[in-house]
Amino acid sequence: MEATKNLNSKRIKSFLGNNAIIILLVAIAIGVGIARPGFFSGANIVNLMKNTSIRYIIALGISGCLITTGNDLSAGRTVGFAACIAAILLQRADYSDRFYPNMPEMPLWLVLIIVMAICSIVGLCNGLVVSYLKVQPFIATLGMQTIVYGICLVYTGAKPIGGLRTDFTNVANKGLFGTKFSYIFLYAIVICAFMWFLYNKTRHGKYMYAIGGNENAAEVAGVNVPKTKIKIYMLASVLFAVAGFLMAAKSGGASVNTAQGYELDAIAACTIGGVSTTGGIGKVSGIFVGVLVFELLKIAMQFMGVETSYTYIVQGLVIIVAVAMDIRKYLAKK
Amino acid sequence: MSEYRLEMRDVVKTFPGVKALDSAQLKLKPGTVHALMGENGAGKSTLMKCMFGIYKMDSGEIYYEGEKVDITDPMNALNRGIAMVHQELQPIPARSVAENIYIGRYPMKKLLGFLPVIDHEKMFKDTEALLEKVHMNFDPKQKLGTLSVSQMQSVEIAKAVSADCKVLILDEPTSSLTANEVEALFTIISELKAQGVSIVYISHKMDEILRISDEVTIMRDGQYIGTWNSKELTTDLIITRMVGRELTNLYPKRENVPGEVVLKVEDFTSIHPRSFRNCSFELRKGEILGVGGLVGAQRTELMEAIFGLRGHISGKVEYKGEELHIKHPRDAIQKKIALLTEDRRATGILGVLSVADNISISSLDQYLRAGIVLDNGKIEELVQDNKEKMSIKTPSSKTAIRSLSGGNQQKVLIARWLANSPDVLILDEPTRGIDVGAKYEIYCIIADLAKQGKSIIMISSEMGELIGMSDRIMVMCDGRVTGIVDGKNATQENVLAYATQFE
Repeated sequence: MEATKNLNSKRIKSFLGNNAIIILLVAIAIGVGIARPGFFSGANIVNLMKNTSIRYIIALGISGCLITTGNDLSAGRTVGFAACIAAILLQRADYSDRFYPNMPEMPLWLVLIIVMAICSIVGLCNGLVVSYLKVQPFIATLGMQTIVYGICLVYTGAKPIGGLRTDFTNVANKGLFGTKFSYIFLYAIVICAFMWFLYNKTRHGKYMYAIGGNENAAEVAGVNVPKTKIKIYMLASVLFAVAGFLMAAKSGGASVNTAQGYELDAIAACTIGGVSTTGGIGKVSGIFVGVLVFELLKIAMQFMGVETSYTYIVQGLVIIVAVAMDIRKYLAKK
Repeated sequence: MSEYRLEMRDVVKTFPGVKALDSAQLKLKPGTVHALMGENGAGKSTLMKCMFGIYKMDSGEIYYEGEKVDITDPMNALNRGIAMVHQELQPIPARSVAENIYIGRYPMKKLLGFLPVIDHEKMFKDTEALLEKVHMNFDPKQKLGTLSVSQMQSVEIAKAVSADCKVLILDEPTSSLTANEVEALFTIISELKAQGVSIVYISHKMDEILRISDEVTIMRDGQYIGTWNSKELTTDLIITRMVGRELTNLYPKRENVPGEVVLKVEDFTSIHPRSFRNCSFELRKGEILGVGGLVGAQRTELMEAIFGLRGHISGKVEYKGEELHIKHPRDAIQKKIALLTEDRRATGILGVLSVADNISISSLDQYLRAGIVLDNGKIEELVQDNKEKMSIKTPSSKTAIRSLSGGNQQKVLIARWLANSPDVLILDEPTRGIDVGAKYEIYCIIADLAKQGKSIIMISSEMGELIGMSDRIMVMCDGRVTGIVDGKNATQENVLAYATQFE
């Protein structure tokens, strides 16, 4: 009797420990939901999911870099750059301040491909610098962050870009078959499925985890380390491009400051979601939880009427606490 | 006062899923060398880590100079006079020898009478005196990273001596030392012993143990088996007690028949002037070619260059009649050449990844469906197949490889290479840091592979293994191939003679 009781309490403890973040998440949601009934309204949830979707795409991009003990600090600026290009190419023909007044209208898919292609060059450069010049990813992508920002400034002339076509903004505002199921969700779900498949079912995924687990050993085992890393950085940039495209659609415009600093949120979300900064560990599902914690927290504080200035302090604390709790799972007991 | 300097009683230590120590004990007399023996995973290092305060015991008692003590952390142990030289050294290569010795307890002085700063002059002077004491003469200001592994080890020992220790734990101190360096170490040990220091000596090398130890404690599966006076022991007795069964053969019977030449290396020279040069040798089908030499003979470097991990400026490799141009390990793998590296942890295992991932990483192309999707069923088959064939002990195929013992990790790595069905296997110190039982199993695997017609190059620093397992032994000294000895005529003496043929 006593023994089973002990066993049960041990089980509950380990359950609580292993799922602390999810429990925290649910607790926040219920708490705010009771205090402010509007929290569970359809509009709010749709808004939350839209934010989460875009952030999730960015976090998925950066996760590959993190898993291989790298980083991509150019993420936010690349998203912003992508948003600007997409917005410029998808302005209304009758908009007075059109960037290219005589440009014919292009289909959405073509613009998306153009944006992805341009951003993939950023990723290619990151990958080449990291793999062949052996510059530490943190520094290499820090440099790239500034370069991309500079290019964006030069290209846009630092002007905000508005007057977007309705078919473009509808990507964010209208839903599938007239429902609230925004196309943004669809993109996020497709990308999530793709990434899960890539990480778990393909050689590329296994090579990525192997490099993160022990780069030298991976090389000895025959993994083409430079090629794998270049692919990872390119894929990251392509996902940033998609995120930028969706952001422009969602906010109806873009500027050079769009998505500034998003890489830090994405890194935080990944870490909260269990991606190990020492490499080799990280799951697509965990990253989703990490992003959701972050976005839920932001919206919850908005709902509770917390002043924006204070929200930063809370966000910072949550990053530290969440990672501290999560890391307990992996720390070897001494 | 009790007759013991230090006593550990009924020590229990569990890790998730494993009972690492189960009523283990150790009694150390002052001024003796006490050997601690057991297979890998027997709990020797764990017991020492408990003594040194790295691990916390679940239960058990430690008595130090007759008094019950609670050692909370390594600093606490050091303050009491217990010092440990770890199996894996943890030096700070970018700092000086002196700083590495005095880290955490720098000699201080007061600048301008009040500002506490590090007294560098005293630190360097003390270090010089200390190094003299352990018969080393290098500059205390030298960066530690510029020293060899064995020299770094001497620095670690100097550090322990500097703490005026009464108990010194040496965890496999000779695993990377040359014969001369081992002698130097033994001199230091006997001097410390004469000063009344109790030394715990962990090693797998029987001859060393029987030579320098006064008492031997044997452990098995985390349990205390017994303590004997070394004079009453023989190698066979120790092994029997360690393994818990009689080992009749140290090496399996080999039934391989060497055939035609498959690999021909000619005039191979490294890009580094002080590494291997003008090396030529041949390897036959189904042959076990041992590679002997002292530490620093550049054996590993030569083999890693053939495998594409290091560069060479001249020479060629002919493989099955065609000339090879290998630039990366993946080129070698494609040609069915495998290399089991010397340092399992640094260049072998993918620590946080699962056993399944570790076994399959080099042969993923074979488990693809429709050219893209990995078939986890096939990978699981591979794992189960190898688990059975090589008796790999792992709770499941999803277990992280770093939680397995050294011998099992090594088997997983061998399985990784075999999954590619290589024709040439280069094994660099395949049994280093592996216990007696697992060693024999690995010898059997090697013998079996040779019988199947695979060609094997085995670098080994263990003379017995080299002579016991090789069809021919190639001996290197200082970057050159100095001789090739037929396995049947090989003796410790003639191998050593070639190994010390310095120019």
